Amino acid sequence: MSTNRVRVVVTGLGTTTPLGGDVASTWAALLDGRSGIRTLTEDWVDTVPAKFAGVAAVDPGEVLPRPEARRLDRYEQFALIAARQAWQDAGAPEVEPTRLGVVVGSGIGGISTILNAYDTYREKGWNRLSPYTVPMLMPNGAAGWISIDLGAQAGTHAAVSACATGAESIGQAIEMIRSGRADVVVAGGSEAAIHPLNMASFAAMRAMSTRNDEPHRASRPFDKGRDGFVLGEGAGIVVLESEAHAKARGARIYAVAAGVGITSDGHHISAPEPTGIGGKTAMLTAIADAGLSPADVRHVNAHATSTPVGDEIEARAIREALPGSPLVTSTKSMTGHLLGGAGGIESVFTILALSERIVPATANLDDPADGLDVDIVRGEPRKLPDGQLAAINNSFGFGGHNVAVAFTTA
Amino acid sequence: MAATEQEILAGLGKIVNEITGIPASEVTPEKSFVDDLDIDSLSMVEIAVAAQDEFGAEIPDDQLKHLKTVKDVINFIQN
Repeated sequence: MSTNRVRVVVTGLGTTTPLGGDVASTWAALLDGRSGIRTLTEDWVDTVPAKFAGVAAVDPGEVLPRPEARRLDRYEQFALIAARQAWQDAGAPEVEPTRLGVVVGSGIGGISTILNAYDTYREKGWNRLSPYTVPMLMPNGAAGWISIDLGAQAGTHAAVSACATGAESIGQAIEMIRSGRADVVVAGGSEAAIHPLNMASFAAMRAMSTRNDEPHRASRPFDKGRDGFVLGEGAGIVVLESEAHAKARGARIYAVAAGVGITSDGHHISAPEPTGIGGKTAMLTAIADAGLSPADVRHVNAHATSTPVGDEIEARAIREALPGSPLVTSTKSMTGHLLGGAGGIESVFTILALSERIVPATANLDDPADGLDVDIVRGEPRKLPDGQLAAINNSFGFGGHNVAVAFTTA
Repeated sequence: MAATEQEILAGLGKIVNEITGIPASEVTPEKSFVDDLDIDSLSMVEIAVAAQDEFGAEIPDDQLKHLKTVKDVINFIQN
């Protein structure tokens, strides 16, 4: 069945993260094992229990011209910056506007805009609101701005599935190209949620690490001492393209976006289903969709957020789904958790791991939890072997979303 | 209190530049906001509100749509 299908390839990458303002600086920092997490200095940190986060290494206001920046929410700024990087990285492909699509989402959307605008409305009245308030707060705003920037007319979508958003967007983009609706799709996720209300609300769920004395060691997926996730911000965007379109223009191909698997737990609004069957089935579905065997998968960029419950359930799902002893890593140990942006940047990292044949180590994994029984990369990055390889990016989200995207070497 | 045409023009140039990035020197009396300066309706609202703050002349919404050129705005503020 998969043999006649349109093959989708990755031709461009863009990121702005707590580790760097672009792909090269972020990737170098990951391989170095550097942390992008730092203590926050805003006045409001006294009001929340977690006083640190992964703030973007390069402020988007320094990248975008001021007139453009002032009409975009921060999450839209990140998305537009990463999309432009990815587009340039792909060689700014010539494509018919009606064959170019966008799928870029956010877990939360323009929440800082919402909250600031509400203050303005109450203190100064409706006519002091920016006329851009609505386009800044809407969660499809980033996708809309990118479509304007590139003149994309094949359809613009914004997946919203919490922390699975970025991966789901890439999955939808693969389907969009396979179904014949587009030749090229710009896809990924973005988030800018470092705001006291979010920090307080996640704290109310008891979901965040409070290791305030050691922020850079707070995100410790799979470690016995993990005590919650660390919030990060930024965006990760890829350019996906039909293989025929990419080859016709002589594009550099990073990897094949080979398959996607999507399941839902139907279990609990935030807690993962305890057996991990949803994540396991998502991985197996992605593998089948890609025409692969489970043993072909040699690397997993895990969702693993450093929460006490989730990491071990995911390890079990990986162990049960993938018999090929894949090298597992959680780059959230260095970037923090970018929520809707996570699947975007982590797909970029999965693609780079395949194309450079090296897997970054999971930082802060000093004392692995008992019974994980998966090969987690720690200490130093590890090389992937030569030959045809497959890798999976897992992203799971509140609401019970499970998304696995399978990539193979070009 | 009345600002001169030159003062209003200079003030409008600064406002338009701040909001749209268009160089202030391009904001000249005969220019149409929409046709010449490519300013959209949302940015026009921002410009009108900023102009009210700067010059203290309220521009009602039903008047704003009649102010096509930079000169129209200058005249409205002066009157």
